[in-house]
Parts: sequence; structure tokens; C-alpha cells
Amino acid sequence: MRDRAWIVAGLALFFALFTYPLWSRALRGQRGEETKLALLMPAHQADCVMPVTYMRASHMKLLILWRREVVRENIHTFRAYDGKVYNISLTGTCLGCHSKAQFCDRCHDYAGVRPLSCWTCHVDPALTAEKLK
Amino acid sequence: MFMFEKALVGSRRYWIWVGFLLGVILFGFHAYVREHELGLMITGLSQDVPWGLDIAQFAFFVGLGASAVVLVLPYYLHNWKAFSKVTVLGEILGMVAVFMAMLFIFVCMGQPWRVLNVLLYPHPNSLIFWDLSVLSGYVLINAVITVTVLSAERDGVAPPRWIKYVILLSIPWAISIHTVTAFIFSGLAGRSYFMTAILAPRFLASAFTSGSALLILLVLLLRRLGVFDVGPEAVPKLTGIVTYCMLVNVFFIVVELFTAFYSRIPEETESFKYLFVGLDGTTNWVPVMWLSILLAVASLVVFLVPRWRTHPRLLPLACAFAFVSVWLEKGFAWIVAGFTPSPLGVVTPYRPTWPEWSVVLGIWALGTLMLTVFYKIAAAVKTTAEAGYVTAITKDAVYPGRVA
Amino acid sequence: MKITRKQFLKLGAGSLVALSGATAVAERAAGDRASPEKSNAASARRQYAMVIDTRKCLQRPGCTQCMEACHQAHNVPYINNPDHKIDWIWKAPFQNVFESYDSPYIQITLKNEPVLVLCNHCDKPPCVRVCPTGATWKRKEDGIVTMDWHRCIGCKYCIVACPYGARSFNFTDPRPYIKHLNPNFPTRHEGVVEKCDFCAERLAGDKPPVCVETCPVKAITFGDVNDPSSDVRKLLGAGLTLRRRPQLGTGPNIYYIV
Repeated sequence: MRDRAWIVAGLALFFALFTYPLWSRALRGQRGEETKLALLMPAHQADCVMPVTYMRASHMKLLILWRREVVRENIHTFRAYDGKVYNISLTGTCLGCHSKAQFCDRCHDYAGVRPLSCWTCHVDPALTAEKLK
Repeated sequence: MFMFEKALVGSRRYWIWVGFLLGVILFGFHAYVREHELGLMITGLSQDVPWGLDIAQFAFFVGLGASAVVLVLPYYLHNWKAFSKVTVLGEILGMVAVFMAMLFIFVCMGQPWRVLNVLLYPHPNSLIFWDLSVLSGYVLINAVITVTVLSAERDGVAPPRWIKYVILLSIPWAISIHTVTAFIFSGLAGRSYFMTAILAPRFLASAFTSGSALLILLVLLLRRLGVFDVGPEAVPKLTGIVTYCMLVNVFFIVVELFTAFYSRIPEETESFKYLFVGLDGTTNWVPVMWLSILLAVASLVVFLVPRWRTHPRLLPLACAFAFVSVWLEKGFAWIVAGFTPSPLGVVTPYRPTWPEWSVVLGIWALGTLMLTVFYKIAAAVKTTAEAGYVTAITKDAVYPGRVA
Repeated sequence: MKITRKQFLKLGAGSLVALSGATAVAERAAGDRASPEKSNAASARRQYAMVIDTRKCLQRPGCTQCMEACHQAHNVPYINNPDHKIDWIWKAPFQNVFESYDSPYIQITLKNEPVLVLCNHCDKPPCVRVCPTGATWKRKEDGIVTMDWHRCIGCKYCIVACPYGARSFNFTDPRPYIKHLNPNFPTRHEGVVEKCDFCAERLAGDKPPVCVETCPVKAITFGDVNDPSSDVRKLLGAGLTLRRRPQLGTGPNIYYIV
């Protein structure tokens, strides 16, 4: 059992790396509760295409549904839960109310969730051809 | 696990070789990462020539993979004892080559991380769906066969009966991988150079040529390095096979050229002209094609003269000629002619760039590393079994967990 | 704490709505595996087609208005390198577009004259047949050969299969090459294939394709070839028209008056 030292050292190294996210925070002095994120909500509109609770938890399902309908099924309108009819459009409808930087990006950054690569193609209205260069 | 412990012991020479290959793999991987970051713009590909070196290499390596059948069929169906020790080398080569072929497809994708869409949204209309299925099936089948047969040999017992049926299945399966690969090209109405019924047979003939030539070279190399000797009869038999295959390969090319040039349909002749004499001033494939023809003829001359084909220096040379000849034609030049001229009559030259060559080199190194490791395992198992070392005591010593 | 009846009703109605809404989405999402072709099978079959009058087009040599309008509307990048250039609609010499009509004595008015070319929205599109993921397909309701850039894996098999060279691959990130950004249409990213989609996004709002609308001499006529009273059918019935490589059996839907 002359390899014992190596084995223990290897296991310790593995454990240390595996728990990196936990102890690195403690080292940096970040602990306790995070501040609550205040998102910029649209000023001129109170309703979304679905109830806020649904959107908060499942907006990606709705976006995938919209994507399938508009791209693959030639369906361009969506009847919301309150009967209003919306155009299916990420740039036109979603970003017509929400700011990408102040709403989408902020929350995703806060939650540490990397979104699908929506913005490599879909256009933020704040974007111009000059900024693309 | 899978006898990998046998690959972890080796001479200094072995470890230098493994280290060298790892270095080349890293070099190729680096080039691939750059290619992926910047897009395929750093390759020589264009809108008119969307498939190039990678896809040609893919076709070539699917062929090498299928060529395992030149050993499996005579050994298992016709009981050729000469191949009793070499067959496993062919099966391993087949597995590694097809794995490399799949990597070659992967690296030329624009969106490689989406490749599983092929299985998530299966479209059996597309030959790529079938190709992915038969290629991964072939790797799996050969892995099961080699592991099962080698384990049985290591343990000094007869292999289980069911493996016979897997081996029999591997024979038509080997033909199918190359047929499906040819069908990717040969069913396209707009590309008359690709659209030839003889493409699948031609692919198989060139595959068996390059495959058996490479196997002869590998067998001679292993013998010379003192790693493993497959016995005296395997090489002469393989030489016979490679001779016939090269003859058929050349015959098929002549048949293609006849239909094109006797009919004189411009669509049919232009692609061949592009390869052999150049078209619209683009002649960069002409030396490649003529070198391929020259090497094919030179190898045939050696193969056909009995005194030369048994000559210890000439035989490996002829095999190298045959291998390089097929590589130049099928693994390099063949594909671009299908895109030249373009549907709008334009001749767009294609020259592979350094990043492309680096990626190809990396995949070659990866394949060579796999081959080295697997051959080492196979050779270790075979020589141990041969020397009669496999007794209960040594088994317990090597595998402490497995007490009978 | 007491809940008034009014509050309860409000709460109940709210959660009910939320619940039913969520179920509705879930139900529609559950049909994800169903093929896109099914949903519109019931509506009348249309087949959109174009008739391009090259005589009118040639009246304005060097005119690129339809191309400019199309490429701006669809955020097509302006890449100068011909190897990586992306085109939805462009011009090619007559004898290359109609190679079987080429002859040494071809009319001087046609030899080397540029002809508009674009995706033919074939009846039997080879690109659709070879696509391994269903990222391109022919719409049942109107015959448009369209694309899903979310699904394309960039294998380029469709480019290989297309007998018309109508498809372009993004060899690099196209965004830096976009001149005028149209925020209402997505850009693409590197590694996917793109082509003309007959302005499906405009047709959804009952607007004709942008090239048709822009052409200063009205050289392009667009309509349903299955409708006997459509403008395209009237033109097709009036005289001889050509199609590109019809002998391949793809059934191209771009017709040319020469």
C-alpha cells in the first residue's frame, strides 16, 4: 500500500476542486443573503402575454413555442390569456416593452443562467449597424 | 477495464511515440478551436466548393474502415488459417478508421454543437442520418467483437458462441457503411460527376486497395519492431488481395472515363478535365491526379511480377504507392471535381489552408494513437496467450480481483 | 385574517387563468414533435411562383434595386470576397443560367447579359430531401422552401444538392458586414446556411416580396401558380417561358420570359 499517500492526495485535490464554488465565495468574503434584484418593468404596460408568475418561471417554454409556431408553422399571432392578440416576435413584441439590457440580461446575470444564443441573431432595437462593426 | 492496463506499460520508445502523438493532437485541436471561433472562413472552402479535404478524408477513412472485411470474410467464412492472427488487427483498424471518419464529418460542420439534431429530429430522407447510424453501429460492432475475442483469448477460453453472429453481421455491415457513404454523393441530380451508379462499387474497390495495402505495411512494421508477428502466410495472401483490388479500382476509373469521354456530354467531361488537364486555367489538381495514376501503375507493376511482389524492399514500397495513390485520388482530389464547374458554370479553385491541414494532422495523430494503444493491447494478449503464460496463478497475479 | 368573497373570487379567477394559460402553452408545446407540415394541410394548396421578364429587366442595365432591397430587408451581409459572399437574389450571365440554350450564334442581346437568379422554390426540392435535421422544408400551404436557422447544423449538404447554387453558407459571423440593420428581421450567425424565402415574413402581412415591390420596371410578377386567375398564370399562358434545368425533375417555380 505504498501508493496510499498519492491516492489520498489525489482524492483531496479532487474534493478541493469539486467544492471550489463553495469555498472560493467564502474566501472572497461573500456570504449571507444577496440583495433582491429590482428589475426594470415596462412603464406603459401592466400585462404580459402570460401571467407574471408564469413568465418568471417558464418564459423559455413560451419562447420555444413562439419560435416553433412562427418559424415552422407559419402562425404569426398569439392569443394571450386575457384575450388580447399579440404578434409573435421577440424583437417586436417582447423587446417592445422590455429592455434587453435592463431586463433580460440583468436577471440572467443575476441568476447566473446563460441563455440560449438568442442575441447572436435576434436584434435588440437599441442595436445599430455601426455597433455591429 | 477492457485490458487497458496493458497499454500503460511500455518501453521508453513507446512513451516517446505516445507523447509525440499527443503533441500533434493538441496542435490539431488548437487549429480546430480557431477554425470554430473564426468560422470556416479560414479554410479554403467557398460557396462553390462547400466540401473539401475533410469530407474527402471522411470518404477515404470510411473506406479504410470497411476494408476490415478483406480479413474477416476469408477468415470467418472460408476458414483461411493464414489470417488467424491478423484478423483482429483489421477489426481494430476498421473501428479506428470509422471513428476518424466521424470526426472528419464533425470538424467540417458549421454548428458542431448542434450535431445531435440529426438524432433529435431524425429525417430518414437524408443519407447523413443513415450514415451516422451505420457508422456508429460499425464502431460498436467492431468494439464488441475485438473486446470479446481478445478477452476470451486472454482467459484461455473459447469465445462465446453468440459472437459468431455479431462477426457475420459485421461483414454486410462493412459493405453498407461504404455504400451509404457513396449514396451521400451519388443521388444528387445536379452533380453529374457524383451521380454515377458505379460510385459505391468504386469506393469499395479503392477502399479494399488502400485498406489491404495499409494492413500489409502495419503487419511488416509490427514484425520489424518486434511487437507482434502474424505468421508467414498472411502477407502473401494480403498481397494477392491488394493486387486484385487495385486492378478493379483502376478498371472502374477507366470505365468512368470511357462513359464521360466517349459520350462527350460536357457536364460529364468537364469535371474529369478539371482533374486531369485543368479547366479555365485552374490546374492545381493536375499534378495530384497524374501522381496518383503513376503510383497506381507503379504499384501494379510490382504486384503483378511474382519475383518483385515477394521482395522484402519492393513489396512495402508498392503498398505505400498503392495507399498514397488512393489517398491522393479519393482522399483529396476526387471531391472537388464534383463541385467544378459550379451550377452557374464558374471554376472556383480550392486550396486547403494550413488550419485545415493541421486539423487533418490532428485527427490522423488521434487515430494513430488509438491504433498504437489497441495494437499494443492485442499484441500483449496474443503473445501472452501464445507463450502459454495464461495459467490460473499468473491470472490471479495480474488481476488480483479475479480469483477463479 | 379574513378573505372577503370578492378577494377570493379575484384570487380564484387569477390562478385559474394562470393555470389554464399554462396548460394551453403546455398543450401546444406537447405537439412539438408533430411535423410542421401537418398544421396547415387543411387550407387550400397554393404554390407561389415568379415570372421574371428579362426583357424589362435588361432595359435598365446595372440596376440592382431588387437585390439591394432584398439584402437590406433580410440583413444579408455585404461580403466582397466571392468565396464567402452571401446572396439571396443576384445576377449571372445568360449562358450560365440557361446553359442548354447557349449557342455560338446566340442573340447578341442575350450573350453575357445578366439574368436575375434566386431560389427556385422547387416542387421537389433536392435541398429538402438531403437535409438531415428538417432545418429546411417545403411549406405545404404555399410551397415556399423555407429554413429554420435555429436547427441548421451547417453540414452544407443542401448547398451540395442544390442544382442552382441558390444557397449560401455563413463562413464567418455576418454581423460586422451588415450595412443597414433591419431590426425587424434577425441576422444570422456563422455556420448556418441561408437563402431566399420569398419574403415569408412579408407575405404573412399580405405584402408582396420586396424585390417585386421594388422593381422600377415591374419585371417580376409574383403569385399563386395553382390559381388559374393569378397574374403569373396569365403570363405563363400568354407565351413561352423558360425554367432553369427543368430536365432534373426538381420542378422550379421561377419562370423567365426572354
